[in-house]
Amino acid sequence: MSLYDTLRHFADSYALLAMFAAFVVLCAWPFRPGARHRSDEAATMIFKDETDGE
Amino acid sequence: MERVLARTGIWFAILLLAFVAAAFARDGGYAIHMGIIAIAALIGLWVTISRQDYGAIARGILRMPADPSRYDDEVIRWGVIATVFWGMAGFLAGLYIALQLAYPVLNLGFEYTTFGRLRPLHTSAVIFAFGGNALIASSFYVVQRTCRARLAFPGLARFVFWGYQLFIVLAATGYLLGITQSREYAEPEWYVDLWLTIVWVAYIAVFVGTIVKRAEPHIYVANWFYLAFMLTIAMLHIVNNLAIPVSLLGTKSYSAFSGVQDALTQWWYGHNAVGFFLTAGFLAMMYYFVPKQAERPVYSYRLSIIHFWSLIFLYIWAGPHHLHYTALPDWAQTLGMVFSVMLWMPSWGGMINGLMTLNGAWDKIRTDPIIRMFVISLAFYGMSTFEGPMMSVKSVNSLSHYTDWTIGHVHSGALGWNGMITFGVIYYLTPRLWNRERLFSLRMVNWHFWLATIGIVFYAASMWVAGVTQGLMWREYGADGYLVNSFAETVAALHPMYLLRAFGGLLYLSGAVVMVVNVWRTIAGHLRDEAPMSDAAYDPAKDRPIVAVPAE
Repeated sequence: MSLYDTLRHFADSYALLAMFAAFVVLCAWPFRPGARHRSDEAATMIFKDETDGE
Repeated sequence: MERVLARTGIWFAILLLAFVAAAFARDGGYAIHMGIIAIAALIGLWVTISRQDYGAIARGILRMPADPSRYDDEVIRWGVIATVFWGMAGFLAGLYIALQLAYPVLNLGFEYTTFGRLRPLHTSAVIFAFGGNALIASSFYVVQRTCRARLAFPGLARFVFWGYQLFIVLAATGYLLGITQSREYAEPEWYVDLWLTIVWVAYIAVFVGTIVKRAEPHIYVANWFYLAFMLTIAMLHIVNNLAIPVSLLGTKSYSAFSGVQDALTQWWYGHNAVGFFLTAGFLAMMYYFVPKQAERPVYSYRLSIIHFWSLIFLYIWAGPHHLHYTALPDWAQTLGMVFSVMLWMPSWGGMINGLMTLNGAWDKIRTDPIIRMFVISLAFYGMSTFEGPMMSVKSVNSLSHYTDWTIGHVHSGALGWNGMITFGVIYYLTPRLWNRERLFSLRMVNWHFWLATIGIVFYAASMWVAGVTQGLMWREYGADGYLVNSFAETVAALHPMYLLRAFGGLLYLSGAVVMVVNVWRTIAGHLRDEAPMSDAAYDPAKDRPIVAVPAE
């Protein structure tokens, strides 16, 4: 098999699987137990400084 | 003194090199471009050796506060002015080429003013000059506020601003001179591409440097989108512009790819320029400025993270839908189509997230014209991200491709989504950056809103009709198997639609003129004496105690 074929088969098997797994983990990450509080904090962080630092 | 001497040396060396390159240029366009670079170096040299504080003089003319803020806002103020200026140039060019399509006599008989040369001038002016300056300015604003840190490398930030303006001038003059790689949205030739790469790396350094020195532990989601925009654009720009110049003293270069590989690389770039320049970058604006103007946090922070990763993982595969029914392998076309359809979901997730930020404060749409601008931009984001996946379906594409429907789609996204959100951001930033109590006039924002919205409706509706007409006329066969319509007949049929499109463009441009006046007067420190946009009703006749009427 040529190098192209080897890379190609790797790309549409393990690499695809790994990318999909990474995607699922990244999306699920903010939903882990106890993360709600952190998300709320991050969302309101832009209002902490009423004067925008001026 | 040593510093001045070193800088003078650098400017002088650039000036000399540009002069020599202009003298030995292989073609006229290259000589003119090197002349522009020499003039830029001469200005830099003059500013360095005359030791006048030109920054202070400019601050005086532009009424800039002498940076009382904790943050480094000077370069953002320049960015706001540049955004408004290039926006006007781009919109005007757009209206002119729309009229050229309706009245070919406006090509004026010069090669420099033909539609083919003015069109890239228009697209680059609105995308890279108007949009790019808005992105650079707003990213510097947001990253400082959300990281609670001053810009890292302030000198480099100024280099990014001026370097980017030089890129714009070189690109724009190049189009008029006929210097082009013939790659859509990547027309500038190799030396301009190299210059943009340098500027872009400096931009990333300033942005990442500011994030690294942040005082806030969490990196707010807007910065994720900005960073994705910067890194992806760097990658796309470098790969798509891989080319070998014929001579280091000439404009012409040849692409590293050929045939269908070249086409796919170009549309991988082209579609992700839409995905990461016009979508991710502007979504970053949405995630900061919409919550700030609405004074409530984003509807769901967790949805914003899903939105982010879905866009990153899906967008990059959608490019092949620009090459349906071409020499591109069928599986690659289908892959592009499927990923485009899947993109609909994260796009609408993001739109819903932005709109629902107003949950419980919907009245602001009535009372606050800036919020109204943000809401209409999100509505257009939703509409064009529905239309796009639909048009990427092969059977729909067979009708829509190469027709004006595509132009209509692009403009509902660009005028509606990118334009409106940028106007909102300019209106948000101007009073804050110049320490004004408020904008010169909120009612003029309202005028701008309606002129622009009606303009887009004219534009999009006429292009839908024109596109479907064109597509159906092109594919119409007679009983004997020959095509019924000649190309010239389809052009004649579209003439009324082209006039309506130009009218829509005129309305959009008029709205932008109203914005120029508003921003100008705000910077000058004027306040228009006007009735507030909304007030609680008051009837003095009813404002009295009940008088007891004696019984009869």
